[in-house]
Amino acid sequence: MTQRKRLSNSQGASQNKRRSDPLGEDDGDLPFTQPSSSQVQRGMEKFTNSQVDQKTAEVIQFFLVKDQKKIPVRRADLVKHVIKEYRNVYSEIMKRVHQTFDQVFGLKLVEIDTKNHLYILINKLEPPEGGGAAAVQGPANPKTGLLFVILSVIFMKRGAVKESVIWNTLKKLRVDPGERHEQFGDVKRLVTDEFVRQRYLEYVRIPHTEPVEFEFHWGQRAELEVSKAKILDFMGQLHDQDPQTWSQQYREAHAPPSTPGSSQPHTSSSQPGASQSRRSSSQSRPSQR
Amino acid sequence: MARQLGDVHRRFLQSMMSNSVLDEQQATALYQNCCDIHKVQSIPDKLDDFIDNINSKLQPMFMQIRKGMSEDNGHQFYALVNMAETDVTRMSSDYADNELELFRKTLDLIVSSENGKISSTDVLNIADTLTTKKLKKSEAEQVLNRLVQDKWLNEKRGEFSLSVKCIIEMEPYIRRMHEDQVKVCHICHNIAFQCQICDSPTCGIKIHNPCVATYFKGRVDPRCPACDEFWPHEIPGIYFYFSTYNS
Repeated sequence: MTQRKRLSNSQGASQNKRRSDPLGEDDGDLPFTQPSSSQVQRGMEKFTNSQVDQKTAEVIQFFLVKDQKKIPVRRADLVKHVIKEYRNVYSEIMKRVHQTFDQVFGLKLVEIDTKNHLYILINKLEPPEGGGAAAVQGPANPKTGLLFVILSVIFMKRGAVKESVIWNTLKKLRVDPGERHEQFGDVKRLVTDEFVRQRYLEYVRIPHTEPVEFEFHWGQRAELEVSKAKILDFMGQLHDQDPQTWSQQYREAHAPPSTPGSSQPHTSSSQPGASQSRRSSSQSRPSQR
Repeated sequence: MARQLGDVHRRFLQSMMSNSVLDEQQATALYQNCCDIHKVQSIPDKLDDFIDNINSKLQPMFMQIRKGMSEDNGHQFYALVNMAETDVTRMSSDYADNELELFRKTLDLIVSSENGKISSTDVLNIADTLTTKKLKKSEAEQVLNRLVQDKWLNEKRGEFSLSVKCIIEMEPYIRRMHEDQVKVCHICHNIAFQCQICDSPTCGIKIHNPCVATYFKGRVDPRCPACDEFWPHEIPGIYFYFSTYNS
């Protein structure tokens, strides 16, 4: 029977149980740098295996809670609120975290911003067949359908669309950003704030416009989670056309992935056409840096 | 006897993560669906074994898929629960500190109540006693509504009781905080709020309302299973509760 362990509340509430920092430095203030392998080795001698496992469990909980809201996790927050005095064995912990997410949950931890060290969790499992909205992974949700429509429009328009076009499209579906929607509430806020914060969309200012105008792009999470091929298939069904008639989009959607045989979107920068993303290459796995 | 997990388990787990509770029927359908997608054979009645396998891998992370009974309809429900939390911190991202305090105190009230129900007035009265930031009565009322909306509490005719989600998720917390006070059902051994109590002063065992319906079904002369005294309370009809287990 399992021993129930009391995990400290690692969401930043109480700092009073702070143990003495082996480096003699204040936890929260210093910027975090990855420990060297010899530091990790020395670190592993300080902590027992089960202590490191427990810390791994805390990190996993932290990610899962944040991921519920689809909010990216900042490495600095993770280190400050969860890792704390275990910072020297950070890479060992993250190795176990990656493994567990992979083997138990079928999820993948991806760094979407290598400068600010932001992480999100994406789904490794293929979405089940059926319907255009299956292109977007994640629990079925009316918001998913709405998001899917927006992503489709942006994709078909080759990656950038003026916001007015999106609003007009939604209006045709009787989702008016100017009015409170029965299901979505404040539609404008949902699209320009929530979807953007979740990294499904980018809401970008068009330079040299007066008054200021904005356009929408795919966000980093959409790049990772949404299958362009499936969107194109759905468009084909909708317009009763062969997806290949949209030759540019078809090329982009079916660009060969770096892992042969994989039809899932992922972060390889060798994928031509995934060029609208302005983010720096994010396929380096955090535990190896 | 835990085998390695396959995608079929992972897909099931992911669904459990996005649904707060599933009833037995939904869980079985999900199991079959996952098996179909991953071309694995789904074996009837093996749902619990399937879940046990997943649980063995979740154990190091102090997470479990647990089963619990709804006190309203007697159905079994499944929920993914964090076993390690010493407090109600699982809600901490959705509620402010004083709102959590209100919820904790509401839980306390319900535990100590006779029949697992309290009125909104009872809750509003404690809004003044909060040690974090005080809540105005109108604010407390809003918090109560949100708790019902988020399915932590059930509301019927102005009375509040714990939802099945709350009971499953908070059981470890409740048992820990109210060790002496918490009622346990004599029939199914789970914690009980809406229950009947044996009148005999030396006995006093408790039985969930749905468990009463199952246990005493069809009996002309219902007797307490512990002390054999006449069971004086009204036995709810079995059809009032769609019980998923056989008597």
